[in-house]
Amino acid sequence: MSKHPRVSKLFQKELVAEAFKHSFVKLNPAAMIKNPVMFVVELGTVIMLVMSFYLLAKPDAVQGSFGYNLAITMVLFITVLFANFAEALAEARGKAQAETLRRTRQETPANVLMPGGELKKVMSSELKKGDVFVTAAGEIIATDGEIIEGIATIDESAITGESAPVIREAGGDRSGVTGGTKVLTDFIKVQVTTEKGESFLDKMITLVEGAKRQKTPNEIALTILLSGFTLMFLIVTVTLEPFGRFANTPIAIASLISLFVCLIPTTIGGLLSAIGIAGMDRALRANIIAKSGRAVETAGDIDTLLLDKTGTITIGNRKATNFYNVNGMPDSDFIKYCVLSSIADETPEGKSILELAKKSNIEVNLSDHKDDTFIKFTAQTRMSGLDTKNGLSVRKGSIDTIRDLVQSGGKSIPVNMQKIVAEIASNGGTPLAVAVNGEAAGVIQLEDIIKTGIQERFERLRKMGVKTVMVTGDNPLTAKFIAGKAGVDDFIAEAKPEDKMNYIKTEQRSGKLVAMMGDGTNDAPALAQADVGVAMNSGTQAAKEAGNMVDLDNDPTKLIEVVEIGKQLLITRGALTTFSIANDVAKYFAIVPALFIASIPELQALNIMGLVSPQSAILSAVIFNAIIIPILIPLALKGVAYRPLGAESLLARNLLIYGLGGVIVPFAGIKLIDVLLTIFNLV
Amino acid sequence: MEFLYSAIIILVTILLAVPLGRYVSKVFKGEKTLLDFFEPIEKLIFKVSGVNPLSEMDWKQNLKALLTINLVWFIWIMFVLLTQTWHPFWNPDNILSMEPTQAFNTAVSFVTNTNLQHYSGETGASYFTQLLALAFLQFVSAGTGIAALALLFKGLANKSTRNLGNFYYHLVRACTRILLPLSIVLAVVLLLNQTPMTFKGSETIVTLQGDTVSVARGPVAAMVAIKQLGTNGGGFFGPNSTHPFENPNGITNAAENAAILLIPIAMVFALGYYLNRKKLSYIIIAVMTAGYLMLLIPTIVQETGGNPKITQMGITQPQGSMEGKEAGFGPVLSALWSISTTVTSNGSVNSMHDSFTALSGAFQMMGMQLNAFYGGVGVGFINMFIFMIIAVFISGLMVGRTPEFLGKKIEVREVKIAILVALLHPLLILGGTALASHTWMITENPGEVLKWLNNPGFHGFSEMLYEFTSAAANNGSGFEGLGDNTPFWNISAGIAMLLGRYIPIIGPIMIAGLLSQKKYIPESAGTLKLDSGMFGVMLFAVILIVGALLFIPALVLGPVSEYLTI
Repeated sequence: MSKHPRVSKLFQKELVAEAFKHSFVKLNPAAMIKNPVMFVVELGTVIMLVMSFYLLAKPDAVQGSFGYNLAITMVLFITVLFANFAEALAEARGKAQAETLRRTRQETPANVLMPGGELKKVMSSELKKGDVFVTAAGEIIATDGEIIEGIATIDESAITGESAPVIREAGGDRSGVTGGTKVLTDFIKVQVTTEKGESFLDKMITLVEGAKRQKTPNEIALTILLSGFTLMFLIVTVTLEPFGRFANTPIAIASLISLFVCLIPTTIGGLLSAIGIAGMDRALRANIIAKSGRAVETAGDIDTLLLDKTGTITIGNRKATNFYNVNGMPDSDFIKYCVLSSIADETPEGKSILELAKKSNIEVNLSDHKDDTFIKFTAQTRMSGLDTKNGLSVRKGSIDTIRDLVQSGGKSIPVNMQKIVAEIASNGGTPLAVAVNGEAAGVIQLEDIIKTGIQERFERLRKMGVKTVMVTGDNPLTAKFIAGKAGVDDFIAEAKPEDKMNYIKTEQRSGKLVAMMGDGTNDAPALAQADVGVAMNSGTQAAKEAGNMVDLDNDPTKLIEVVEIGKQLLITRGALTTFSIANDVAKYFAIVPALFIASIPELQALNIMGLVSPQSAILSAVIFNAIIIPILIPLALKGVAYRPLGAESLLARNLLIYGLGGVIVPFAGIKLIDVLLTIFNLV
Repeated sequence: MEFLYSAIIILVTILLAVPLGRYVSKVFKGEKTLLDFFEPIEKLIFKVSGVNPLSEMDWKQNLKALLTINLVWFIWIMFVLLTQTWHPFWNPDNILSMEPTQAFNTAVSFVTNTNLQHYSGETGASYFTQLLALAFLQFVSAGTGIAALALLFKGLANKSTRNLGNFYYHLVRACTRILLPLSIVLAVVLLLNQTPMTFKGSETIVTLQGDTVSVARGPVAAMVAIKQLGTNGGGFFGPNSTHPFENPNGITNAAENAAILLIPIAMVFALGYYLNRKKLSYIIIAVMTAGYLMLLIPTIVQETGGNPKITQMGITQPQGSMEGKEAGFGPVLSALWSISTTVTSNGSVNSMHDSFTALSGAFQMMGMQLNAFYGGVGVGFINMFIFMIIAVFISGLMVGRTPEFLGKKIEVREVKIAILVALLHPLLILGGTALASHTWMITENPGEVLKWLNNPGFHGFSEMLYEFTSAAANNGSGFEGLGDNTPFWNISAGIAMLLGRYIPIIGPIMIAGLLSQKKYIPESAGTLKLDSGMFGVMLFAVILIVGALLFIPALVLGPVSEYLTI
């Protein structure tokens, strides 16, 4: 599902070796008890071991031979090991992934600014929260922080894999820097924002480490369900002992324990924590740092997705594509006014106006306007401009703001200009108006380019039942055009930060779960309010603290991937639970006749698999039960393939594969093992 | 002919259940109905008992009310049974007080809507007991189940509120608006077909042979009507509806059989009307009916096939297996009744279950062990609800969302309660049978000392298994070969009935209370819809694998081995 380059092979040699070692370490009962299903298997192994040696001393025809009992003991032991191995491998992969990220933050010296103003070299591991250090061109940023002074181009390829440098600057919404990235130009002052060992990456690592890992709510609920099933089958097996005696068919301890272990959901029990860890690992591979496992799970439940138009739905920023002069002045004058009014507009749109003007060979010499007053563009005024000392006043801004300006001078927008504005808007462009000395002069057309393939992604989300909402600063007409073209379900036009917040609250009031992505300090409250808030790594510290995930790639489409990772996690759990329980049907047919066949030969009628002997039947069933765990490890780690289908077709599909498959596969598997055991004369 | 007759009974019952379900939903919601003329009686009852029927209670308060009033009834019935010798009136045959453990068993049995009868009505209970204790409990214990269901419905319909309504309100109205009117109709049908209704004692008659015989009679029609409608099953006479006074002819047989199934099915339709999710009720009815037919059809096949032992003797049995059956009803209608009565936790019989062919016994037991194919009045859907929670949880995961039940999230607490309730049934049935088997095996010369079993082989095992199954499922029928009127069975079956009744009510009401407080999540394309055919399939699979599979080893040792070795 991911297009990320860092997908490693499932069974890497060194990871497997480490996992193998850890599967023994994890045998410690104190650790095992966290997984009740496998804990009782371990307990059964111990009982069988004692039983085997007891039989060595005192043979008992009912209990079977020492060899047979020891064989069962070994198979049970291996079952536990396989389960531990699955968890250990998932952990090892997660840690390896985190390690590659951490490697980027080797010990780096930092020039810390001391209170007296002098610089002191401090190693990155000794930096404390609140320290301020300076980094110049060519140096590596020592640790995560926020720029408090300066602007710089930074190469973040070590983290994101993206080779194009990015610009980070103080004060704005792009003030966050990551340890291990390299400053290419200029000079910045950075304040350390996290205590050592508490960075997001450190938090993520604890999420994939077994010992410290907290189970997510859904995982706890499933563990309870599985423990309940285990208790049910405990009742079934324990009561069989007196039943057997009553029917004059004493049952061997080995058979009872084998039946018990086969019936309890060991497959899902053994793979459950591996599935959870692998889910976190998949998030990490997509360069998303989740602050909790719960956040990833919640992502699968998202009903509403708030997506910023820019960067998600459209490529980059809007660009100026046309000048419409309405006032009758020469076109070159009009373009010049456009340029003058946009010089103080630092937004990409503003810059694109200068670029377009350059194509018409119109440029303005800044030194001509040294003493003039530039009016900076701000999100509040939504207008920029210039007042010269000889009385010229040029303004550029949204249609509304310019209209207000013009009308306040008692004038109005000419009809032909209104027509142009309407035409641009209805074609999905954004019109900007220019006023000269309080009189409407003309229109600049800005246009969006919608990303290819984005319609299909939204269609996919719709099939999952996720509503997409486009957030944009555009006017409603433009927003509607783009929303329709991109295929989103709803849009928020002329959005201010509080609009996002209100939209989230409204959705949540009707019971929906909302996800959003943001970067600015403005976004922080909404990020905190959203059920899943993904902050961009380039965003401000406030935004990163408020969200529950951080995206290292700063890629707004990542939200869609997050939803799929969450869903895949739950589906994998459900599918393997179903598979595990469905397996019981075949195991019953293998073991139940075998238990009583000695005294009730007629039960041969139930031995529909035609297993050779009671002992081989029981052994085959426990062996199948053990080896199915490693066979399913790849599925647990990679996750069940997710398809964007409606809930009903998805259930039908998974029920067919894992439910019906779970009924059929063990019949074949147990029979095959029975045949092999017979061929090699093992029973 | 009998097949067609059976099919008509089932079909007509389901069709009658639709309008009844709609009516029940109105009763639950307190909407206007045709029977509002009962209101003064209800008001009087509330006034006398000092209950404000309109005060809303949360799940804890409601459960407290339910358990308290059940305890009061238990004490009342114990008192009546232990003092029969001194009953002032309605005891023309001078029946004596009950032995204490038997009285305990009987009291529990009637409070829990089980009606497992370790006594014989005509010799063990006075008319006073029959009417004022037993028949009264047959109304109110059924009413308790229905009222509990009304609380559950409210919990499912609620959005972020705590109150589930008022248990007393529903209890009284379940009796006056649902059970009483239907019982009157059924009793009239029975009366028209010569079922006796008298307070005179046994009549002595002289037969054609010249023997003097004492014929037991009494106020039969009234009790038989509620015994069938309220899934009680406790008959006036020991032989229950095999007795010609309880079930005189084909018409009463059909009417009583339909009455067994009617209210349990209507309750599911009521769910559809109450929540305005008719399709959901159709899916549940389909799952229940599939399970019912899955047990019924092979039973009919087994019974019409005849007794294999007799076949081995070279004797043809054109009528099928007739041992323990009424000549007039035959194997098909007996099979129909036996599965109807076991799936619904009714427990009345029109033939002797102990005498059915071996595998039929397994199907009867399976019906009780699952206890959710229609099930008891009120509690039938409550049992199904637990299976639904488990099915929703697993299938919810499979569609990639935190599982939701009708817009409410199923989380740790709900799963915990559901699985504990689901554990209870195997614990009581298998644990109880294990205890009995063990006791039998450690007793020297058990046939003489314990005297439970006449045939201790596979069939004896089935008899013990059946008794605990019937007690835990609050069914009340028995494999009557078991000598069950002993302290061991009176007490152990009594405990099984108590736990088997109240825990499956307490758990689901708790879940309903928890769900009631949760935020409602609107459905989207990604939500698993419970009223889809696919969920029906999933639910059925969960019932079979989580419910039925647990009992397979025990059934293999009992009926299946008996079948294979015969």
